Amino acid sequence: MTHWWKALRALFWQQKARMDGVVVPDNSRCVQCGICSYNCPIGIDVRRYAWEGRPIRDDHCVTCGQCVARCPRGVLRFEALARTLQPTP
Amino acid sequence: MRRYVIVGTGVAAVAAAEAIRQRDPSGTIVLVGMEAEGYYSRPGLAYYLTGEIPEAMLFPFRDADFRRLQVQVVHDRVEGLDPAGQRVRLARRGWLAYDRLLLATGARAARPSWPGVDLEGVVYLDNLAHTRHVIRLARKAKEAVVVGGGITALELAEGLQARRVRVHYLLRGDRYWRRVLDPVESRLVEQRLAQMGIRLHHHTQVAEILGHKGRVTGVRTQDGRVLRCQLVGIAVGIRPRIELAREAGIATDRGILVNPYLETNLPHVYAAGDVAQVFDPRLGQHVLDSLWPLARQQGMAAGANMAGHRVPYRRSTPLNVTRLAHITTAIMGQVGQRDADPDAGLVRGDSEVWRALPDAILAQKSDEVNLIRLMVGRRTLLGAVVMGDQSLVRGLYTLIDRQVDITPIRERLLAPDAPLGDLLAAFWSEVQAHLRTAAAEDGSPPPREASG
Ligand SMILES: Cc1cc2nc3c(=O)[nH]c(=O)nc-3n(C[C@H](O)[C@H](O)[C@H](O)COP(=O)(O)OP(=O)(O)OC[C@H]3O[C@@H](n4cnc5c(N)ncnc54)[C@H](O)[C@@H]3O)c2cc1C
Ligand code: SF4
Ligand code: SF4
Repeated sequence: MTHWWKALRALFWQQKARMDGVVVPDNSRCVQCGICSYNCPIGIDVRRYAWEGRPIRDDHCVTCGQCVARCPRGVLRFEALARTLQPTP
Repeated sequence: MRRYVIVGTGVAAVAAAEAIRQRDPSGTIVLVGMEAEGYYSRPGLAYYLTGEIPEAMLFPFRDADFRRLQVQVVHDRVEGLDPAGQRVRLARRGWLAYDRLLLATGARAARPSWPGVDLEGVVYLDNLAHTRHVIRLARKAKEAVVVGGGITALELAEGLQARRVRVHYLLRGDRYWRRVLDPVESRLVEQRLAQMGIRLHHHTQVAEILGHKGRVTGVRTQDGRVLRCQLVGIAVGIRPRIELAREAGIATDRGILVNPYLETNLPHVYAAGDVAQVFDPRLGQHVLDSLWPLARQQGMAAGANMAGHRVPYRRSTPLNVTRLAHITTAIMGQVGQRDADPDAGLVRGDSEVWRALPDAILAQKSDEVNLIRLMVGRRTLLGAVVMGDQSLVRGLYTLIDRQVDITPIRERLLAPDAPLGDLLAAFWSEVQAHLRTAAAEDGSPPPREASG
């Protein structure tokens, strides 16, 4: 893939994620079962984000919602980007 | 250079190792565990059994993660502890010296004393080796009997059913998990189980497991019935692994007793996770839990203290969100049942706090698929069960965990037919706004709910 195409693609998904929000974990109930990572079509290790309690700020996330829908413990949710950009303690 | 030794490779052990490494870049950290597979998601075993994930997905850490943390993981069994010499004895490798020791030995499934319990085909869902064994046997089995209350018994029943084994589920009393759920909630779960094809047998206890040539062929119940089966799944409770500690003279009760710094009564020896019995300030007593997030929190606190940072462990309200017969269910705080069986022990994914009988009035709202039960105290919410729609859980958990004064909505919550969901959602938005302004005025970042 050429460089400009990669850059353009990243920009596209960034914009899209900005419109849709980002996936945010609540790690107080995550049990690291891996169902989220297993079902992510892009192969993002969602579980690791949940362990670290960080929003999934991966340019490749297509915000398809698979991880959110499949997590058996309601750990993941979409949040508008504006809020998640606030500093997290 | 400080030498840290951690017994166990579960989540409490791994969380402790991370916390130590954050504060001590040079000390040596050794994790000793007797399971060949090392660290994996124990609650994930239920989803491996249903077939939702392959075995490889159970491992949250790769070798590279342990290398990055400079943690050595050793597969061995710790057989003895010599506190005076500050060393532990490994079955194969001999003595290993420590400056700080963490006991994160977890709990094991309780084994009943029924005749026939050693037959091939009697299974538990306790570790990865067990789960592989269940999956192997389920390929040939046509029928199974599952015994026990709580989450793991149900996970066994659902997992076997998903593998096309016909399941008989035996319940000692008149309904499912009566220590924690109320009658409406139990019925909802039981209805779903029946729809899934699982056969429930109330007031039924095992007298004997029947076998032929060393293998299970059935179960004889105390009322004299015989249920034919090739598998018997047992999840009747757990026992914290306290033997190592007890033999070394560490103070134990049902678990290893620790203070708010996760220290045992012996110097430089700590305990965390399912094995630790931790003081709960609200109940005023030491309690056991079998909850992954709490085991992690305790591991983190123990690790920090082992590395020399004196930080007390703040016990958060026990919360579990899980699926019961496909219904997502959150249980938090004190939700105990007055008619509960007082002798019933702890099971996996459970907390002794949930048993506590709150001094509370009940508010309940249910429709066919969604259900909320609130334990309303004098000024705060003490506990809740939410089945189905989980959108309220984060807010509810914060209200309970932070003991937010609910006086503004208390009367309305307790009114007959109160719209609990709407009242809570509106109140939660107000509280959130309030928390944010308070934080902004402090100059500190806004509080993050539930997770910390
Ligand atoms: C089927 C199932 C479902 C569950 N569901 C939930 C749930 O819904 N929600 C939830 O929050 N929690 C759930 N849990 C509970 C959760 O898994 C535990 O709370 C958590 O794993 C405890 O972590 P731990 O590190 O304290 O102990 P463990 O994970 O038990 O790890 C302890 C380790 O120490 C090792 N060990 C013990 N003694 C020695 C020794 N002498 N030498 C060497 N090694 C030793 C053991 O082999 C084990 O590997 C579930 C558990 C199971 C099995
Ligand atoms: S599916 Fe949910 S519980 Fe499982 S690892 Fe992912 S976020 Fe955690
Ligand atoms: S939203 Fe979709 S692409 Fe993004 S992390 Fe979740 S599963 Fe992966």
